[in-house]
Amino acid sequence: MSAQTALAHELLDTPRMSVWRRLSRVQAAQIVIVLVVLCVIFSIMAPDAFPTVFNLRSIILNTSIFAVLGVGATLVIITAGIDLSIGSVLVFSSVIGAQVMGAMGAQGWGAALAGTIASIAAGAVWGLINGLLVAKAKVPAFIVTLGTLGAALGLAQVITGGIDLYEIPTVLVDTVGFGNVFAEVPTLTVIAAAICVLGGILLHKTRFGLYTYAVGSNPEACRRVGINVDRQLIGVYVISGTTAGIAGILSVAYFQQTTIGGNSMTALTVIAGVVIGGTSLFGGIGTIFGTVIGLLIPVMLQAGFIIIGVQAYWQGVVVGMFLIGAVYLDGVRRARAFKGSGKKSKPLQVGGLTLRGKEKEG
Amino acid sequence: MAILEARGIVRTYGQVVALDEADFTVEAGEVTALIGDNGAGKSTMIKILSGTEQPEGGTILFKGKEVKLSKPADARNLGIETVFQDLALCPHLDAVNNLYLGREVKRKGLLGALGFMNRKEMKEGSVGAFSELGATVRTLTEPVGSMSGGQKQSIAVARSASWANEIIFLDEPTAALGVVQTKNVLEMVKRVRDRGIGVVFISHSMPEVLQVSDRVQVMRRGRRVAVYKTSETSLEELVGTMTGALDEEVA
Repeated sequence: MSAQTALAHELLDTPRMSVWRRLSRVQAAQIVIVLVVLCVIFSIMAPDAFPTVFNLRSIILNTSIFAVLGVGATLVIITAGIDLSIGSVLVFSSVIGAQVMGAMGAQGWGAALAGTIASIAAGAVWGLINGLLVAKAKVPAFIVTLGTLGAALGLAQVITGGIDLYEIPTVLVDTVGFGNVFAEVPTLTVIAAAICVLGGILLHKTRFGLYTYAVGSNPEACRRVGINVDRQLIGVYVISGTTAGIAGILSVAYFQQTTIGGNSMTALTVIAGVVIGGTSLFGGIGTIFGTVIGLLIPVMLQAGFIIIGVQAYWQGVVVGMFLIGAVYLDGVRRARAFKGSGKKSKPLQVGGLTLRGKEKEG
Repeated sequence: MAILEARGIVRTYGQVVALDEADFTVEAGEVTALIGDNGAGKSTMIKILSGTEQPEGGTILFKGKEVKLSKPADARNLGIETVFQDLALCPHLDAVNNLYLGREVKRKGLLGALGFMNRKEMKEGSVGAFSELGATVRTLTEPVGSMSGGQKQSIAVARSASWANEIIFLDEPTAALGVVQTKNVLEMVKRVRDRGIGVVFISHSMPEVLQVSDRVQVMRRGRRVAVYKTSETSLEELVGTMTGALDEEVA
């Protein structure tokens, strides 16, 4: 009896890991250090140009739209899925949004609001298509979203004839696109930050978030306890589509036009950021915070290289190495964490495609 | 009266007859060991009684009434829980979230409606569940994937035991465990039984069976061939019945 009570007390007294300790365990912590180091190096090399309000503002501004996409992408990857379609869905949503706004005269808040809703809804519909195909039709996510990557962009081009739309309400551009909430804090960034915070709360505090991790961790276990795995996956892909829709309208506001040809690399950039930020392609691990940091790095590298006079093309090379390094570290960490648990490592499956190891039997 | 009774269960896989009009009974507050050689039909029987697989013939009676267990949820709703060999834990989640997986405690009011969980209550509930069963869980906040096989087994058993009101099936709960861990799990089994729950466990270890069970049901070639009271049987008798050696002697 006393032994039991002692055990109970000991367990209950185990402090919930402090925020700092939990953070330090995620890859994001190491990535924050990398980010700070980069910041310091660039600041030393270009003390007049790099650590300026203007430069920092443009760095966070350029990360903002990616971060919105990153919320959905993080959720999808935590379920051990992948969404390659987000760049194309962004384009499609922005085209739909711009068309609705154009049809309403492209002026005033009414048109802007209608365009925003249309854009977000269009993104959500693509997410629903992805989700249904992944969860119900059991087509590997890699293939489904590769298909919708082509389809969404293709349809956007069919609708517009391949020509970008420019009729964007001025109010939208002036406030969301270029406005500041106060001082030098861009409205676009504030919106993006709010979405990231909401995404973080959803992922880390709610049952939906818990099930997202659980489905990525062991879908069979979820089915056994009665969790509707299909519904969870559909929900996650819908969120990914929705964030792409939000990014679509933000992008229209920022660039004052649709960007049909400018998003072929967007999905890969975002996925790279998500993975650099410590979200595991194996599923079950990941944070929104890590994703934001992971997305800041490429943007900061690009800005820094331009300022210190290195060819900006080097950014791609460095980010590529970061990406590979991040996945390597993830593998090492997994091997360490699950060592001796008597469980063979799960085959590396990304979006339902087995990249390494044997398909799990049964 | 038995809580759960299976009569004449038939289940085939292609040409293979896994269960050939097999019977099985579970009594409340008893540990029933289900033994048999490989392929005797033990796991198939448990899968059918937990709603994971469907029988092709036969009837299942729950407290005397015929029931149909067409999915795992049907069995769970009757208070029947199962711990399969693969444990079905989420390795990335901690012990609390695994224990409450699929049955999270929501917060009250609006926050609960939005899907926010009452972590504190779930944590206290976990501590209660683990300490009541003497589970060897050292931490509630680490991912269970990094824990030892014994700790994982404890969590899986505790999870099922927390939700089972009537019956708990354990498919070879000690197969992968060391001596001390096995002892802990067997101790848990007894504690679950003492709550009045019917415990069924599959095992290949005859000493374990004799040590922990109240009754032994032996299966061979898809049929239940014998039921013994543990206090009245012996290792030789069990092994003989399992392998069919006793029949041959009789014949």
